Amino acid sequence: MGEARDGVKVKRVVFVTVGTTCFDALVKVADSQEVKDELYRRGYTDLLIQMGRGSYLPTKSTGDDGSLAVDYFTFSSSIADHLRSASLVISHAGSGSIFETLQLGKPLIVVVNEDLMDNHQSELAEELAERKHLYCARPLTLHQTIAGMDLNSLVPYSPGDATPVAKLINRFLGFPEES
Amino acid sequence: MEKNISCFFSNSSPKLVITCFVAFITIILVRFLYVIYRTGKPLNKRTPQQTLSTLIVLGSGGHTAEMINLLLVLQKDRFTPRFYIAAATDNMSLQKARVFENSLADSGVKGISAEFMQIYRSREVGQSYVTSVWTTLVATAHALWLMIKIRPQVVLCNGPGTCIPLCVIAFIFKVVGIRWSSIFYVESIARVKRLSLSGLLLYKLQIADQFFVQWPQLQRKYPRAHYVGCLMYVFSNMV
Repeated sequence: MGEARDGVKVKRVVFVTVGTTCFDALVKVADSQEVKDELYRRGYTDLLIQMGRGSYLPTKSTGDDGSLAVDYFTFSSSIADHLRSASLVISHAGSGSIFETLQLGKPLIVVVNEDLMDNHQSELAEELAERKHLYCARPLTLHQTIAGMDLNSLVPYSPGDATPVAKLINRFLGFPEES
Repeated sequence: MEKNISCFFSNSSPKLVITCFVAFITIILVRFLYVIYRTGKPLNKRTPQQTLSTLIVLGSGGHTAEMINLLLVLQKDRFTPRFYIAAATDNMSLQKARVFENSLADSGVKGISAEFMQIYRSREVGQSYVTSVWTTLVATAHALWLMIKIRPQVVLCNGPGTCIPLCVIAFIFKVVGIRWSSIFYVESIARVKRLSLSGLLLYKLQIADQFFVQWPQLQRKYPRAHYVGCLMYVFSNMV
């Protein structure tokens, strides 16, 4: 957090994304006073919510009154741009959202949707949290996670590599090894 | 086969008909056991081929992105012609595949051969089980039709339900001698502790020749699987 020379505050945007799903519980809690206060306390200036197919509408705010500026939209063709300009990402547990954010090197809090049946998504979020690549939270514990997070303790995720699979497949099919 | 038909239609003794029938069943059984035995064993090197026709099963969500990530590292001149199949209700996957193949052409790869097909789904989310019986039959018939046209030598899939009828038919083709194929299954990166239903079926029924998992927990639970670590390198346009 800091102020530029001419006194204009540096924007630190928190980007909340639910992907193509409906995840009202996350949108609602992100828009709650508790969470917004906590984010403001931690030095963020803007909250941008991508609400997907949800029906809960957040309250927009300009933030002029010394609080978080809040804005929202449903879908975007370029989520990547929003991710790139964010200082913190709070995302649903979809693997695409998770890995796209990690690849951009952005700090990430994954919120698991407890209303989903057969929630295998939580496995991935919990595993990556254990490996300290991100923080994992539930809608009701989000404000606590924000309060207690230490973004410097997060470990960057190294991109994967599919060539081991290609090698195994080629060997199985009898193709010669290539350099 | 001709002998059997003439057996059935002749008016010779029932004993001949039964003998033919038993012989037929025995042949099928022997072929079945042979296919089970050879599943998972590398192809004989004495008949290496230059190119293998490849069926690529796409799916909504991360499936297609993960599949394209794999295709990036496979030699396009070996796995050709390529046939992409996606569910009829999946609008994005074939488009992503087309973009991928176009990018290959743009980067100068020669001799590109790719086809894009849609397949009926057995059951939509929330569909009643009564109507699902009929739609599953239609979907299976459609899968059979597509497989007869394609007769792939390699099948690549990574989880969507559409891959099950296609893989089962590929297996049946091996048994009855229509086409020998190698079936490769890569479980999604999102599956850490439990396999998807498709993965579980292909693993338990031993239909996949090679079964890849991306997390060590799954390899411990399913020892015949190959642990290959996290494969995803490039994520884009996921949402």
